[in-house]
Amino acid sequence: MTAAVIILTLLALIFGLALGYAAIRFRIEGNPVADEIEAILPQTQCAQCGYPGCRPYAEAIAAEEAEINRCPPGGEAGIKQLAELLGKDIIPLDADVGIEKALPEVAIIHEDVCIGCTKCIQACPVDAILGAAKQMHTVIATECTGCELCIPPCPVDCIDMIPTKIDITNWHWGKPIPITTISEIADTRGEEVA
Amino acid sequence: MSEYLLILVSTVLANNFVLVRFLGLCPFMGVSNKVEGAIGMAIATAFVLTLSSASSYLVYTWLLVPFDLTYLSTLSFILVIAVMVQLTEMIMHKTSPLLYRVLGIFLPLITTNCAVLGVALLNVQEHHNLLQSALYGFGAATGFGLVLVAFAAVREKVAMADVPVHFKGAAIGLVTAGLMSLAFMGFSGLANL
Repeated sequence: MTAAVIILTLLALIFGLALGYAAIRFRIEGNPVADEIEAILPQTQCAQCGYPGCRPYAEAIAAEEAEINRCPPGGEAGIKQLAELLGKDIIPLDADVGIEKALPEVAIIHEDVCIGCTKCIQACPVDAILGAAKQMHTVIATECTGCELCIPPCPVDCIDMIPTKIDITNWHWGKPIPITTISEIADTRGEEVA
Repeated sequence: MSEYLLILVSTVLANNFVLVRFLGLCPFMGVSNKVEGAIGMAIATAFVLTLSSASSYLVYTWLLVPFDLTYLSTLSFILVIAVMVQLTEMIMHKTSPLLYRVLGIFLPLITTNCAVLGVALLNVQEHHNLLQSALYGFGAATGFGLVLVAFAAVREKVAMADVPVHFKGAAIGLVTAGLMSLAFMGFSGLANL
């Protein structure tokens, strides 16, 4: 009985050690830098940077094949975070890829014009458009990342971008006001916060 | 030499593990939707089966028999198989990430493939030596891979066919497997072990 327990324990121990060695020997070198870059990117999967999605762009940045200023949805704040992470200089957004919008936008389909061709559904990277062939389509506003990829395929130009309205779900505090200037702008503060 | 050849022919055709012994049916039904996945599964299973049958033989003869612990063979074989599967998974993740993703959950599930344990236990029962054990495992895996890939090819055709609605999916798959099993009965006189 004792011998059985000891021998099985030893056997398991040897196998455990062998597996432990194999885990080190066959370790997958992930790319931690690409992971961190991807965490900063806005995950709109809009492909405006010229890469098929946020992950490929992150990998390209990590491999130093792409500049950090090719992400319009991330905007200036995104470039700043990327520059800090990678120890690079802050550069303005590349004008070729688009402009940063003041407010986040969502697509809206004019439903009386829509012919139900499903082309925008195929283009949408985040599956935010609902509809079926020859049925009216509509945009799920909470899922839409405002990437504008659905606009070019639409044969009847029935998709527009509208700024999202500020409501309880996307409102956030304004940037903190530096303490030295608080008295100077105290009277404009109401507008700042709103 | 002819003895080893006999083992191969026997395990691949006459005593095919899937269609004659009915072992390892879950991956047979589960991974046979696409030929590429089936080929990957066949290769992974071949690797695991050959290694695990050889190493279970070593564990059995050098550890269990000298200490008179043969009643623990099932337990220790399961341990050996689990380790082998884990090792295969690591190696495959490193060498072929694509195949790793195609096989997905079915790769760790080789552990519970009854053909793997079946081979280890049958080796003991048939008093095989080390080379015979390894060959038996390899033959079993080849037979498994052969019918798995053939079955996947058939199922790809069946998926396109106009199957009556009540037979769609797993039902027609099982009917197809049954017909293949009947066909493999034809090999039964080929090799007797």
